[in-house]
Amino acid sequence: MVGAVTELPILSILVGLPLVAGMACLFVGANAARWTALIATLIEFAIGVWLWVAFDPAGAQWQFVERLPIGAGIDWALGIDGIALVLIMLTLFLMPICIGASWRAIDKRVPEYMAAFLLTEALIIGVFAAQDLFLFYIFFEGGLIPMYLIIGVWGGPERIKASYKFFLYTFLGSVLMLVAMLYMAINAGTTSIPALMAHDFPVDAQKWLWLAFFASFAVKMPMWPVHTWLPDAHVQAPTAGSVILAGVLLKLGGYGFIRFSLPMFPEGSAMFLPLVFTLSGIAVVYTSLVALVQRDMKKLIAYSSVAHMAFVTFGLFAFNQQGIEGAMIVMLSHGLVSGALFLCVGVIYDRLHTREIDRYGGLSDNMPAYALLFMLFTMASVGLPGTSGFVGEFLSLVGTYHMSTWAAVVATTGIILGAVYMLYLYWRIAFGTLRHADAAAMPDLAAREWWLLAPIAAVVLWMGVYPETFLTPIRADVGRLVARVERAAPKGDSMLTAGKPPLKVFDVEAAH
Amino acid sequence: MNQLMPIVPEMILTVGAIVLMMVAAFAGRRGSGLTSWAAVALLLAATVALIGAPSHAGPLFGGLIAADAFGAFGKVIIFLASAVAIIAAHGWFERDAEHASEYSVLILFSAVGGAVMVSATSLMTLYVGLELTSLSSYVLASYRRSDERSAEAGLKYFVLGALASGILLYGISLLYGFTGTMGFQGIAGAFARDGTHSIGLLFGLVFVLAGLAFKISAVPFHMWTPDVYEGAPTPVTAFFASAPKVAAVLLATRVCLEALGPATDAWRQIVIVAALASILLGAVAAWGQTNIKRLLAYSSINNVGFALIGLAAGGPKGASAVLFYMAVYVVMTLGAFLCVLRMRGRNGRPLESLDSLSGLSQSRPAFAAALAIFMFSLAGVPPLFGFWPKLLVFRAAIDSGLVALAVAGLLGTVIGAYYYLRIVKIMYFDEAPATLYRVRAPVERLLILLAALIVSPLGYLLIGPLGRFADRAAGSIF
Repeated sequence: MVGAVTELPILSILVGLPLVAGMACLFVGANAARWTALIATLIEFAIGVWLWVAFDPAGAQWQFVERLPIGAGIDWALGIDGIALVLIMLTLFLMPICIGASWRAIDKRVPEYMAAFLLTEALIIGVFAAQDLFLFYIFFEGGLIPMYLIIGVWGGPERIKASYKFFLYTFLGSVLMLVAMLYMAINAGTTSIPALMAHDFPVDAQKWLWLAFFASFAVKMPMWPVHTWLPDAHVQAPTAGSVILAGVLLKLGGYGFIRFSLPMFPEGSAMFLPLVFTLSGIAVVYTSLVALVQRDMKKLIAYSSVAHMAFVTFGLFAFNQQGIEGAMIVMLSHGLVSGALFLCVGVIYDRLHTREIDRYGGLSDNMPAYALLFMLFTMASVGLPGTSGFVGEFLSLVGTYHMSTWAAVVATTGIILGAVYMLYLYWRIAFGTLRHADAAAMPDLAAREWWLLAPIAAVVLWMGVYPETFLTPIRADVGRLVARVERAAPKGDSMLTAGKPPLKVFDVEAAH
Repeated sequence: MNQLMPIVPEMILTVGAIVLMMVAAFAGRRGSGLTSWAAVALLLAATVALIGAPSHAGPLFGGLIAADAFGAFGKVIIFLASAVAIIAAHGWFERDAEHASEYSVLILFSAVGGAVMVSATSLMTLYVGLELTSLSSYVLASYRRSDERSAEAGLKYFVLGALASGILLYGISLLYGFTGTMGFQGIAGAFARDGTHSIGLLFGLVFVLAGLAFKISAVPFHMWTPDVYEGAPTPVTAFFASAPKVAAVLLATRVCLEALGPATDAWRQIVIVAALASILLGAVAAWGQTNIKRLLAYSSINNVGFALIGLAAGGPKGASAVLFYMAVYVVMTLGAFLCVLRMRGRNGRPLESLDSLSGLSQSRPAFAAALAIFMFSLAGVPPLFGFWPKLLVFRAAIDSGLVALAVAGLLGTVIGAYYYLRIVKIMYFDEAPATLYRVRAPVERLLILLAALIVSPLGYLLIGPLGRFADRAAGSIF
């Protein structure tokens, strides 16, 4: 079935098309660049849909595989499993929305802006599709350059500090990972990621390798206490930059844990599980409290991202199917919801040019449609059942409970605190009276803004009501991962015992 | 006659340089265009003549030099870099009516010296090659006699260079005295026999390395570099940062691995300290610089540190990594200097301050993009090609068990990234109007484009061929 498909290097096209379109953008005017970028990202999305349809969840682990040797120690090797597929899909879905969000907000140096975005898209897809260790690293680090430029050129007043912080923080984390990668390539004698995922590294080496990868992924994720670059970068980046940062770039950390830390170093992961749970626990409580006192909308959402990402790390290191599936759904859901929330901030920022929460209030009167969508995304962020946030957080918490009841208790407070700061934010912006004349004069959503927010809202509800669509592609791969790490999984403290089945039907089983 | 065949490239350059010297003497200033292009043609001819050379591998003239693949690799880089330095100068001195034709001749002699250095297998030829390069360099540094900074640079370079040559000679005399031979093979044999118990041998080794460290401007023998790079005319600086540096690094590699191979433990610690100190100082000292030539001087110190990591790793893999590193380094650094050469203010006055670059991305997007590519590449940020040689040296280091060195070196890249980013920041983020004026120089434009293409991700296509060439070259000294 996939045989015919592999003839066409579909993943290379997926990586190459934005590059070509980005180059083209540089040579045309502002308006043509906008259209080029939009059309390119829409074509990419169409290819992505086709990829999703053609992907066989019950088929081989790695599909659409391509391999082209370049030379000493690096191959152009691409291929995806279900986990990579859904994350690529998230990227492809958010990209046209980002371009649309920048349509009017960006008016200087448009061709370069669009080129930088398309370059980012290509590199992110490359990260998810790379099957060669060093190819992965090149894509992973390469994303820094366009993002550095996006924050630095088109960002807010403090953009320069934010861009440096973003670049150097993540660069520092990644070089340690490079040392570990070099060691792995020499030790295992291969740079193929699928081969390394099956390679058993010596247990005492795993400890160091795990820490080196952790240094990189924890910064990307970001985990407390190395999250401090995130609020700066988010606040200063232009709206679309924040969307892509929160929506996709933060997922690189979680993807890294799934692809490298867990399957390659199961013993190392088990050994450092208390560390991960402690940092995640602190992140959930601490950053939620910090979010509560923010006066800047973007900063508040940025801190909420750190708290949400902690659910991902909780779920991933639960070492069981529910936890990891939950972590994946939290990643997807957070990608959509935080992206949408940043867009919501962008909508009113474009009108009033301030992100100060106090300058708004009572917007449900003059912007009812906006208030409705904003409400939906707030609820999804809180984790209301029926939205995507609930599915992910619930699964993640169930998984965490299996592993550590205490961790689950701490994580659950995060849901409560999350509700507190998000509802408090919504209350201050949408409810109350229209205190400020300029805020009262703001018009409701324009057609373009509807086009940006409505698709995300639809997917958020879809994921909340019928998550099976998104769980199907990843189920087999999560199962393989769980089987891989099983030998090292620490014993949980929840001591779950199966209850006595009340129905007679199951007696047959009990009799054995 | 058989002995002469492998040194045809050097002979082409030597004879050509002598003839051009005569032309320069008789034609005077009018002959400058002719001598420049003739010199470029000679260098290209010498490069072509190299193609047959590796097949003649083996000791020549009783073991004075070896025309092996290692030497050929170095010579290709040296000749091409020298040609670029001549082309770059052609547009430079012309404008100041100061371009005496001797410039190309001096570069040719320096290139011959570099060629002798990379193929030397005896301490005597090593010294002759080194001095040939150095003497030409001293004159080149003070080429602009009327400029105080240039004269100062030349004098400083000469005094310190002479001191370093003295140290080197002292080391050579010790090595000769305690081994009774000048040949690398003989010295290696003596070290294998006596080990490093002999204080005399050990002293000789340290002094030779100190002298070489000066030539490659590794910390702590780097003091002259920023001043000389800043003071010398920019095309000369571009030359210093490329051809002689490659020659010196390759020479140091050959001395360490071929002559001092059995004493690896003795020199490895020296090289490690020099490497880390160079990386760190090159990165930190560049932070506060406001002159782009000074900044690139520190960048070259920083880069030599990375190449030395490959040397510290030793073995064929380490040597291959050093060769690969230097090849890519030369492309990046020449590209950057060609960009600096195009920084001109009103009336074509050369500018060197970083501030003059501000807002460049708006007024000259292609120029800014090229310089940004070189900066990111020098910083070693993937997906640019500058990342790959760094990966190779670190891979060699980890392969030799020097994990701590690799970690320290990689942390150094992060510190260094800061100042490369600063240049990008000035060009892209700052709003001040650019003060740069356009320069018409189609050949340089083409060279910059070529260099940018090589260090762009397209460069990864070179990994295969360049890697094989480097491996073969590295294999020839073991």
